[in-house]
Amino acid sequence: MATNFFPSNADMLKFLPETVLTLAGTLLLLVEGFKKERDSRTGVAMFTLLAIVAAMGASVVAYQNPGLAFSNMVISDGFAAFFRVVAYVVGIFTVLCSMNYLEREKAHTGEFYILLLFSLAGQGIMASANELMMVFIGLEVSSIASYILAGYLRDDKRSNESSLKYFLLGSFATAFLLYGVAWIYGMTGSTNLGEIRTALSSGAPSSIMVPAAAALILVGFAFKISAAPFQAWAPDVYQGAPAPVAGFLSAGPKAAAFAIFLRVFLTAFDPLAAKFAPVLWMMALATMIVGNFAALWQNNIKRMLGYSSIAHAGYVLVAVTTHSTMGTAAAMFYLAAYALMNYGAFAIVTHVAGDGEKHVTVDDLKGLSQRQPAVAALLTIFMLSLIGVPLTAGFFGKFYIFKAAIEGKFVWLTALGLLNSAVAAYYYLRVLVVMYMHEPETTEHPEEIPGGVKLTMWVTAAATLVLGIFPGIVLDLANQFAVLGK
Amino acid sequence: MNLLDIVLALPLIGFLIMLVLPKGSASKLKNFALGFSVIVFGVSLGLAGAALQRPAAMTWVTDVAWISTPAIRYHVGIDGVSLWLVLLSTFLTPISILLSFSYIKDRVKEFYAFLLLLEFGLIGVFISLDFFLFYVFWEVCLVPMYFLIGIWGHDRRIYAAVKFFIYTMVGSVLMLAAILYLYGKAGTFDYPALLTMMQSGKLTLTHVEETLLFLAFFLAFAIKVPLFPLHTWLPDAHVEAPTAGSVMLAAVMLKMGTYGILRFCLPMFPVAVKENSGWIITLALIGIVYGALVALVQPNMKKLVAYSSVSHLGFVVLGLFCGNQWGLDGAVYQMLNHGISTGALFMLVGFLYERQHSLEIKDYGGVATPAPWLSTVFLVTTLASIGMPALNNFVGEFLVLQGATQANVWWAVIAATGVILSACYMLWMYQRTFYGETPESVAHHVHDMTAREWLCITPLLALMLWMGIYTQTFLPSIGASNKVILDRTQTTSAPLRVAAPVVPAAEAANHGN
Repeated sequence: MATNFFPSNADMLKFLPETVLTLAGTLLLLVEGFKKERDSRTGVAMFTLLAIVAAMGASVVAYQNPGLAFSNMVISDGFAAFFRVVAYVVGIFTVLCSMNYLEREKAHTGEFYILLLFSLAGQGIMASANELMMVFIGLEVSSIASYILAGYLRDDKRSNESSLKYFLLGSFATAFLLYGVAWIYGMTGSTNLGEIRTALSSGAPSSIMVPAAAALILVGFAFKISAAPFQAWAPDVYQGAPAPVAGFLSAGPKAAAFAIFLRVFLTAFDPLAAKFAPVLWMMALATMIVGNFAALWQNNIKRMLGYSSIAHAGYVLVAVTTHSTMGTAAAMFYLAAYALMNYGAFAIVTHVAGDGEKHVTVDDLKGLSQRQPAVAALLTIFMLSLIGVPLTAGFFGKFYIFKAAIEGKFVWLTALGLLNSAVAAYYYLRVLVVMYMHEPETTEHPEEIPGGVKLTMWVTAAATLVLGIFPGIVLDLANQFAVLGK
Repeated sequence: MNLLDIVLALPLIGFLIMLVLPKGSASKLKNFALGFSVIVFGVSLGLAGAALQRPAAMTWVTDVAWISTPAIRYHVGIDGVSLWLVLLSTFLTPISILLSFSYIKDRVKEFYAFLLLLEFGLIGVFISLDFFLFYVFWEVCLVPMYFLIGIWGHDRRIYAAVKFFIYTMVGSVLMLAAILYLYGKAGTFDYPALLTMMQSGKLTLTHVEETLLFLAFFLAFAIKVPLFPLHTWLPDAHVEAPTAGSVMLAAVMLKMGTYGILRFCLPMFPVAVKENSGWIITLALIGIVYGALVALVQPNMKKLVAYSSVSHLGFVVLGLFCGNQWGLDGAVYQMLNHGISTGALFMLVGFLYERQHSLEIKDYGGVATPAPWLSTVFLVTTLASIGMPALNNFVGEFLVLQGATQANVWWAVIAATGVILSACYMLWMYQRTFYGETPESVAHHVHDMTAREWLCITPLLALMLWMGIYTQTFLPSIGASNKVILDRTQTTSAPLRVAAPVVPAAEAANHGN
């Protein structure tokens, strides 16, 4: 196999989504060179949407050609397809919300879309990596593009701060990860997930170095999913990044990071599961507590949603802790549901923040129900879903996670996690309080909602409710795809 | 799809229609909401026939799959107890809507929409036979009530609304954990199926499991009841809520807790119920006396009625944990009575507030002079509330006291002081409000009952008399349903007690202390 430098067609099909995205991104890069700064970028945005939709179709093609590709470096399975589609859906929302936003902030250049496409390609690689080197490449492709996206408003101080923090801490995380990969390679002689698993379960390298190396890799992932105690970057980055990008970061790259986290710990490090259970247990609990309690004091909505995203990572970590097929399915469903409800919330923030994101405190929402009743109603749906009130996707996600936890005999983690979600109700309710129970402070006529944002809002809200009432639509897929290749 | 499904679906349909109706004409919105809820009530009366014929079993059952994995079913049905609670909800919703016609002036559309959504949730709670479904409705009730208090309430409404939401949420998440744990053991959320498995011995719980599960469920219900010392959210919520919110909260929502205890805690965890009934009854008795004493010193009418609710609900809990037929029947009857008479009291206090814009007793006096009919109606309701014979509360309190006497005569003695105290605080409030000198502002503002107000209160007055005099309409079906629950409690607890090393463990624990 090693002698054949030209991959077969079958291999190419398994890698089709990333190919599509990379080609589209490269093409736009060439086109952008010929554009003037004042030219309209609507065409670019439309082409980007088209490319993402095509990539979504390509993920289905890849799914229909399951198996390993490129000398076992890439795996195409339902699990990969699921996370690809989640990331692409988030990508579509990001484009829809950004078009008008970038125009408004006078930063409408084509590079935004190009970086977004590359970032999505990186997330696709993460979802389908079967190799620690591929994990690294996927993570870097996705992250480097995201660092720039976070600082896209280059004249804005907060945006710069956000980008720099994200970059520095993200680089540390990657360094940890890479160090761990090197150790693993040293001990098992491979970076392939399957081979590492075989080597570890045969018990050959019994030294303390193995769990230490796995711990280094865990630290790398924990940074990316913003798990405590490596969560400090998240609120700053979400607060400073442009609102549509913050939404993207909280949903897309995070889901992909969880995908690779699950795959590595359920395949390569499966033999170490018992050793890591208490670590993950503590991490899940700490993440929920830190996220929820810190969010209680926030006045900036973006920052609050940043802490809330830490807390939600904690809930997903509960599912990861169970180390079971059901836990994996629960995490998959939750990440999909979270992507919908959280992006919806960020879409609304994008709109109500106004020019230069001036109105981003909770108090700026005062009386929103009277000024813009539909927007307030939709934000209510997102908040209730984030609290976990029944008939929303967020409730069912949480329900399924804690069901998996109970069945994995994590009774105390379940009880503490559920109590956490009662604490969380307080800060989400504050948003409802100011929207519905305070009088509006401004008499300014509300700006018209741009089409893309409007579409995103309504689609995410409808999906949040539909998944809350008929979770089977996504849950059946998650259950089917949660069985990771051994 | 049978009649019960229609009764459940109608309020939701009404809610959705309200959402899309144009905002413009307030009177059209009001009339639509009223007409719709009257229709719901009319349809719900149709449930009574079949349910009263076989009150011991579930009737109007629908059982279809909702979510495939995990197996969650839409399983609903009613027996002789839940029938009355469903009717109580559908009966009080149109009245709450009608009484808000002049009270609610802004955001009319949302107000009535939320009332209909609340009705949907309440009916759902009383008819669910699947734990997941039950939990869904349990939480669905929370959202409209939160908005009703928070948007249309008085000055401290936001504090009260958030407190109400968080308190209930804390209790209910633990219940969710218990539900999930049961699912982990039994592989089903279906309540009758769980009971059958427990009865046939297919599902056995260790002593610790049973106690913890019982406590998890009980805590959620006790917060809702509310049982002393978990009652602190209630006075806040009641005082701050708009009249219709107070009525629905007191009359129906509090019953969610006692209904949950009756329906789920008693049959599922008989051993834990027996072991824990001691301290629970103690808390109930404290609640009866404490609620009454605090009510005695309240300067605010709504707060007074709210604390009287704490006291009255203490009776219900006492009856539920007496462990005999008298107690259970009395508890259920008292649930309905409290719904009618306390609902009426909140309504009448609301009428006074609309006239004088004050809830403080000191701002009133001599109201009987300008408003003789209002004071007569208030007096009848007051007498009903303090348990005057021939009115409804007397029957319930009598039954509970009878049940308590059978179990332990001291319980009855302490509880009876609550009855005496209730006469003190209610009549004293009545005296200060309606008799004596008539201040200028009262004479000026307080007019007598309007036709709409008569329309609101008359059905309640009629029921007070009906339930006080002709108990045969209600008690046989309630008794038959309760007997099923009671039999289960007694038959399963006996062998279990022998089999499980319960007593030595408990003794050892006592010894250790």
